[in-house]
Amino acid sequence: MNQQQNQANNKIVIKLLAIVVGMFGFGFALVPLYDVLCDALGINGKTSDIAAVYESVEVDKSRLVTVDFITRTNTGMPWEFKAQTRQVKVHPGEMNQVDFYVKNPANTDIVGQAVPSVSPGPAALYMNKTECFCFEQQTLKAGEEVIMPMQFYVDPQLPKDITYFTVQYTLYNVTSSSEGVAMNRG
Amino acid sequence: MTTVTDDSHHDDHHEHHIPTGIKRWLYTTNHKDIGTLYLWFAFIMFLTGGAMAMVIRAELFQPGLQIVDPNFFNQMTTVHGLVMVFGAVMPAFTGLANWLVPMMIGAPDMALPRMNNWSFWILPFAFLILLSSLFMEGGGPAFGWTFYAPLSTTYSNDGTALFVFAVHIMGASSIMGAINVIVTIVNMRAPGMTYMKMPLFVWTWLITAFLLIAVMPVLAGAVTMVLTDKFFGTSFFDAAGGGDPVMFQHIFWFFGHPEVYIMILPAFGIISAIVPTFARKRLFGYASMVYATASIALLSFIVWAHHMFTTGMPVGAELFFMFATMLISVPTGVKVFNWVATMWRGSMTFEVPMLFALAFIVLFTIGGLSGLMLAITPVDFQYHDTYFVVAHFHYVLVTGAIFSIMAAVYYWLPKWTGKMFHIGLAKWHFWCSLVSVNVLFFPMHFVGLAGMPRRIPDYALQFADFNKWISIGGFAFGLSQLIFLALLIKACKKQGEPVSGQVWEGAEGLEWEIPSPAPYHSFETPPEVK
Repeated sequence: MNQQQNQANNKIVIKLLAIVVGMFGFGFALVPLYDVLCDALGINGKTSDIAAVYESVEVDKSRLVTVDFITRTNTGMPWEFKAQTRQVKVHPGEMNQVDFYVKNPANTDIVGQAVPSVSPGPAALYMNKTECFCFEQQTLKAGEEVIMPMQFYVDPQLPKDITYFTVQYTLYNVTSSSEGVAMNRG
Repeated sequence: MTTVTDDSHHDDHHEHHIPTGIKRWLYTTNHKDIGTLYLWFAFIMFLTGGAMAMVIRAELFQPGLQIVDPNFFNQMTTVHGLVMVFGAVMPAFTGLANWLVPMMIGAPDMALPRMNNWSFWILPFAFLILLSSLFMEGGGPAFGWTFYAPLSTTYSNDGTALFVFAVHIMGASSIMGAINVIVTIVNMRAPGMTYMKMPLFVWTWLITAFLLIAVMPVLAGAVTMVLTDKFFGTSFFDAAGGGDPVMFQHIFWFFGHPEVYIMILPAFGIISAIVPTFARKRLFGYASMVYATASIALLSFIVWAHHMFTTGMPVGAELFFMFATMLISVPTGVKVFNWVATMWRGSMTFEVPMLFALAFIVLFTIGGLSGLMLAITPVDFQYHDTYFVVAHFHYVLVTGAIFSIMAAVYYWLPKWTGKMFHIGLAKWHFWCSLVSVNVLFFPMHFVGLAGMPRRIPDYALQFADFNKWISIGGFAFGLSQLIFLALLIKACKKQGEPVSGQVWEGAEGLEWEIPSPAPYHSFETPPEVK
């Protein structure tokens, strides 16, 4: 094989390797891309994890939306966790508060993280929370019980065909992965 | 070297001695040697993965748990899938590409012979790692070949690290092989061999190689994420840490769907070579075959979520993926009709490669049609994760990909060895395989529609009779492959009638213009293609 041929080969090999590296990166780029797309299209039932600001929101008195609250704990999470109010009927734009009761019955301190999920998914875009325990990890000492508030309003832009949606919170035990956080708060 | 009769100009440096014994195979950079290594490796893996399928079918012979415990059953389904996909089908196609692409385009060898040696020799180690994990404490991977999170993260054993490492090596091997094929095809075609004059096997492999380069790195990324989630505390797929297990499926199937075309496009090239030979007519619609292959490859990137209809996607997305999936049946249909049109009013004879090619066309189409049924979103909710899916992908992979590989081996084996294979054994192999494979896979459609779930070692009593037949078909299909093994050993001992350079009466193409067996170095002086 001659020199010229070698050079021509190397040129293509370098280009192809660039594609390989690029596609490896693309695999990882899919991770933020997935979140961005889900947020933008509101297709994953994920509510925003940043507090919404409630100002100059017009209350739509003409309709009522039913919101259900469901709670569950993931495997390995011993906390008792329930919504004080199972269901509310709200006018879009109106400020509401729902309290959640949690108790750590274990004899060790545990750090929990609640993850929300809205069904049907498209309603997630209109579920605006000004305050939520799910925004950050919660630490409960052994035997401790607390009431956690969650304040929200339903965006008046909510499509007319959505009259009913469910918000589910799942509590995960994240003690092992948040040792540092737990110490700081303790 | 005595067979190099046509190469009047071969250079002196090619006269150096070939190492003998194991060193010949370890150090070889010859595309024909490496092709042979790939093909034998693929065949050994085919028998290994097949043995695992026998364990699965033995357990499912009757309801209840009798032979293996459920965890081992899960390991069998998982490793059977991994071995067949990455160990049998893909290396077999790479082996065929190594043997045939240089001969078909009039090149003396692959463009990057040393990398070629590497890409083969890392492969046995990948499978050594994967298979040895079966014998370790806790056993091998048991989460299915699709290694969905959290099965592969939260609920797997520490052997997962070995699985990840093995998949990395397999991926590296495939990527190197693909780069080699592309560089060879782009740079080393004989003068006058324009792209639109290339045989379809070369075309389909060129497109397959691009698919490999595009998606194997994504698979590498996916297994890396599983590795870091499991061992290093990241949460790509862990909801508690802000990740999402469903995202795993998106990333996996972004690789996984093009992967299924990686395993079938070269098969289309093989069938497009065999059918014209034995119909003694030129391939109908050459250009449309090329464009159809390219469209299938492009479409394969926008259909991945049809594997995930039941994950709770929005209706709009389900409709998009349903229609995009159905769109693929158009270029695939073009291919099937072209093969049928090639045979139309041809002077057909039914030599063994043609028998396998015809079986491919009929049975692959059955697999394609059940795929079309699965593409329909609302009915997929019934079919999802049942034996109907198992029937579907085994029709396209066993009677599709693997039948095409067997057709290819029978078609080109006389060219490789210079001797006609044992036709009696070959016909026994074909007819036994054809009958048993249908006894094996066809009833799976029925038990699947009736609700039998896949990947479960036990089943409801009403499926007992069907499963008995499926298992009998499975054992018969497995035994039939031993006929193939016997035939291949005879062929490698160079037993049989000597054949001419053209071998088959209707065969056309550069590889048939050199003597049989193909000389160790062919086309050192490039041929002129008119």
